[in-house]
Amino acid sequence: MDIFFQQIINGLVQGSIYALVALGYTMVYGIMGLINFAHGEVVMIGTLVAITVVGTLVDAGMPVALAGLGGVSASVLVCMALGWSLERVAYRPLRHAPRLTPLITAIGMSIVLQNLAMMIWGRNYLTFPSLLPRLHFELGGTHFTFIQVVIVVVSAATMGGLLLLVYRTRLGMAMRATAQNPAVASLMGVNINRVIAAAFVIGSALAALAGIMVGTYYEIAHYQMGFMLGLKAFTAAVLGGIGNMAGAMLGGVLLGIIEALGAGYIGDLTGGFLGSHYQDIFAFVVLIVVLMFKPSGLFGEKTGDRA
Amino acid sequence: MLEVTGLHVAYGGIQAVRSITFHVREGETVALIGANGAGKTSTLKAIARVLDAVGGDVHFCGDKISRIAPHQVIRKGIALVPEGRGVFPRLSVRENLQMGAFVRHDAVDVEKDLKMVFEYFPRLRERESQLAGTLSGGEQQMLAIGRALMGRPKMLLLDEPSMGLAPIMVQKIFEVIRAVAATGMTTLLVEQNARLALQSSQRGYVLESGAIALNGDSAELLDDPKVRAAYLGE
Repeated sequence: MDIFFQQIINGLVQGSIYALVALGYTMVYGIMGLINFAHGEVVMIGTLVAITVVGTLVDAGMPVALAGLGGVSASVLVCMALGWSLERVAYRPLRHAPRLTPLITAIGMSIVLQNLAMMIWGRNYLTFPSLLPRLHFELGGTHFTFIQVVIVVVSAATMGGLLLLVYRTRLGMAMRATAQNPAVASLMGVNINRVIAAAFVIGSALAALAGIMVGTYYEIAHYQMGFMLGLKAFTAAVLGGIGNMAGAMLGGVLLGIIEALGAGYIGDLTGGFLGSHYQDIFAFVVLIVVLMFKPSGLFGEKTGDRA
Repeated sequence: MLEVTGLHVAYGGIQAVRSITFHVREGETVALIGANGAGKTSTLKAIARVLDAVGGDVHFCGDKISRIAPHQVIRKGIALVPEGRGVFPRLSVRENLQMGAFVRHDAVDVEKDLKMVFEYFPRLRERESQLAGTLSGGEQQMLAIGRALMGRPKMLLLDEPSMGLAPIMVQKIFEVIRAVAATGMTTLLVEQNARLALQSSQRGYVLESGAIALNGDSAELLDDPKVRAAYLGE
């Protein structure tokens, strides 16, 4: 039973990261019906920028805590600028194009960003600096680290903040209205371009945080790391019901837990034929099952339209 | 107050509105009537900048508004109640009304106007926290009109407010439209229900295949034999 609870904890940590990335997919999809497949690359850029900035600041003699703070801020700002530019350069000109066109562009942007990152940071795995103390806790037979606690707490706080923004502010109301009917929202005086840009910028800030969490957790980074993470977060968004924010949060956590439990038990289930390095198959089995049986996801958009 | 000159709207190769010219004076209610596909909705959409006109000019209070960004139209003082109502289905009734006041920053007066809308439409007060998508068609129309009023516009554009509604609901909606017009609101009313539109307005224009076929005082149009034959079913 210990392994069960242990894997739930591990899954919760990984799932919090998926949730943050999934929110970026789902916000953009909710407002403009586009799957921004370059979103995983934004996460990767976030991680790599943090490595560079923290490294530089530490080399310059700054204390680790301060350098970490600088790295986080720089990474978030760079990603926000990147998200804004992506929308401006790659997607806005295609606003009225057939749906397939921006989708292909998104895949193209993903390739461009990966290659750009490879040119800047090289092909080798980079070590992510350790920013947090390596503390260890034990509770009822399960083990967890300080880093894991921080990841879950920061994710939860960020998501709470996002919900406040979307449900309690003017910008949030404009975002929800635009998602439901962009033409009428613009009649109300909402600048649709700004709302769409805001969705990209906010999603990218979450991606940067997720990227730093991944780096801190696995202590390693690479220019291709965004690809698989992006696909899994996309799966999480679909699982929760793409376009639905609460769905992306739940979908992320659920996917993390499914994956962790799958990895924990796959050896026993297949009599040792498949090991835990096959854990990636679970995400995609989930994706296929959801698309086959409930394509609208757990919180599939209820239209609520009667008349 | 509103001057439309040579307005021309086309979708792809289809000419929806062919160079029409008309005007609405301050405080006046003007009806734009015509059959399905005559170009009434296209005209309103072009004025509100939801659609790009191919040619022609629109001036409002002396300012040229035919090239401004769509989200600036309400800031100029024009509110469109769109065809099919266009309420935000997953926002509450109250939030829909707040969206109507999106461009305003006078929170105290917005609250006052909310009360005014609730006085016009007591039904909306009862449903204040309900999602707009769960309202009946008539209630959604009330909400769409209330939402437009929340922007404190100088002019209302109403697109087919009677569409798809039960006669009793049409009565209620038009009572409010007349009451609002009586406060001095300049109104441009597009309707397929020609009789109702002409009865609720001072002047009218008849659109046929994208061009103005007739215009005049609403009372005269109501007596016009051509109008009676073509639009009043007599």
